[in-house]
Amino acid sequence: MIEFRNVTKRFPDGTVAVDSFDLVIPSHKTTVFVGSSGCGKTTLLRMINRMVEPTSGTVEIDGEDVAAKQAVHLRRSIGYVMQNSGLMPHFTVAENIATVPRLTGETRRAAKARALELMATVGLDASMADRYPSQLSGGQQQRVGVARGLAADPNILLMDEPFGAVDPIVRAELQTELIRLQRELDKTVVFVTHDIDEAFLLGDQVAILAKGAERLQVGSPSEITEDPADEFVAAFIGAERGKRALRVKQTPHGPVLVDAEGRTQGVLVEGGA
Amino acid sequence: MNLLSEAFAWLTDPEQWTGPNALQHLLFQQLYFTAIAVGIAAVIAVPLGWAIGHTGKGREVAVAFAGAARAVPSFGLLVLLVLLFGVLHKPEAAVVTFVILAIPPLLAGAYSGFEAIDRRTVDAARAVGMTEAQVLWRVEVPLGLPLLVGGLRSAVLQVVATVTIAAYVNLGGLGLPIITGLSLRRYEVVLGGAVLVAVLALVLDALLALAQRAAVPHGVLAAQGHAPRRRTES
Repeated sequence: MIEFRNVTKRFPDGTVAVDSFDLVIPSHKTTVFVGSSGCGKTTLLRMINRMVEPTSGTVEIDGEDVAAKQAVHLRRSIGYVMQNSGLMPHFTVAENIATVPRLTGETRRAAKARALELMATVGLDASMADRYPSQLSGGQQQRVGVARGLAADPNILLMDEPFGAVDPIVRAELQTELIRLQRELDKTVVFVTHDIDEAFLLGDQVAILAKGAERLQVGSPSEITEDPADEFVAAFIGAERGKRALRVKQTPHGPVLVDAEGRTQGVLVEGGA
Repeated sequence: MNLLSEAFAWLTDPEQWTGPNALQHLLFQQLYFTAIAVGIAAVIAVPLGWAIGHTGKGREVAVAFAGAARAVPSFGLLVLLVLLFGVLHKPEAAVVTFVILAIPPLLAGAYSGFEAIDRRTVDAARAVGMTEAQVLWRVEVPLGLPLLVGGLRSAVLQVVATVTIAAYVNLGGLGLPIITGLSLRRYEVVLGGAVLVAVLALVLDALLALAQRAAVPHGVLAAQGHAPRRRTES
C-alpha cells in the first residue's frame, strides 16, 4: 500500500505542482493518475521513488515514510518505466534490462540469464539481447523498458506515460500485454497518462486530477462513468458526447447501443453482468 | 631554385638530421612539450569540466574563464612568465604557458560532452537506482567521451603549433630553425621548419580524429546508421 498524506510540492520557481494531496494506493492493483499535462501527475509518481522530494507531507510505502529510506536503495526496489523508454543508448538490450541486478551485485552471467528470462516475459525475441536500443522499434524499446522495470522483481511498478510515444496500434498491443503481465505478476502498479481511455482500460482505481494535483474524482472506472463527480469529469471522460455517451436503438434483431456519432458500438443483451 | 625546393633540399640534407640540433631531436622536444602541457591541462580541466557537466553548476564561471584564457597572447605570456620565474625556470614558464592554452578546449570538451547527453537518459539512470558515482562513470563519461576527445584534439593542435615559440627563449623545438632562419635571412630554413610543424600537426590531428571516432559507444554509432561491430560472447 502506498499512501500520500497531505503532500505538497512547490518548485523553486514558485509553481505549486501538488497542493495538499491525499490518496491511498491499494497493493496488487493498478492505480492510474490521469489529467492534462502540467496537472502534477508525474510529480506525484516521482515522489514515490524520491526522484522528487515533497515540500511538505509524507509518502509512505506499507506504513514507512520513503524519506526515511536511502534514495538509491528505494529506487532499486521500485520498478520505473518512462516515456521514450529512457534506455541507456550504449548498453545492449540485455545490459539495459540487467541494469538493476548488476547494480545490486549479481554476476554478469546471472544478470544475463535474468535478462533473457524477462525478455520472454515481455514478449521479446532472445535474438535481440545483443542489439542496441537504437536498433529496435519504439514498441520494442518500451518492452525493454518494462522488462528493466521488472528486473529486480519489485513489488511496485511506476509507469510514467510509458506508451505515450508509440503509434496507436502498438499502444493497444502494449496495453493488452500489460494487462496480461499484471494478471500474472500481481504488482502494485502506479500508472500516469493523459489518455482517459487508457486509464479506464488499465486502472482498477483511477484518479482524475486537475492543476495542482487537485482530486476531481477517485474511483473505479465503473464508479466514475456511472456517477461523474461534476460536469468537468463528465466532459473529460466523454459521458455527454463521444464514445461513452451511448443510447439504445431498436433494430429488427433486438436493441443495440449507438454512440453520439450514430455508430453502433455494441449489442444490448439481457441478463448480463 | 625556388624557395620551396630549397626548403625541401634543406630538409632532406643529412646534415640537418645529425648533431645536437638534429631535426628528430627538435621534433621530439616539440612533442615532449606538447605531451607534458596537454597532460597537465587534462588533469586540471577534465575533472573540473566533468564536475560542471554533472552538477550543471559553475558553467558561467567556466565559460568566462575559458574565454579569458583564450584571449591571452601566448607569446606575451611566455616572455612575462620567463621574467617572473627567472631564466633558470624557463621550461616551467613555457609549460605553464602551454597549459593555459590547452585548458579551455579540454574544459569545454569535458562539460559539453555531458551537456550533449539526453537529460532523460541521465534521469532514467538515477531513477533505476544508480548512485551519483555510477551515473558519472557508467553513463556520463562513456557518452560524453567523443566530445572530450574532440576537445583533446583541438588542445593538442593548438599546443603543438604554439610550442614553436619555445625556441624564442632557447628551449629548442621546431621553432629553432624558424627563428635562426629569420635572423640569418635564410628563408628556406624558416619554411623547412614551418613545414615540419604543419606536417606534425596534421599527423596528430589525423590520429586524434581516429581516436574521436573510436570513442563513440557502439550503441550510439548504431543510432547514426553504422553497423556496430559484433560483440563476441564471453
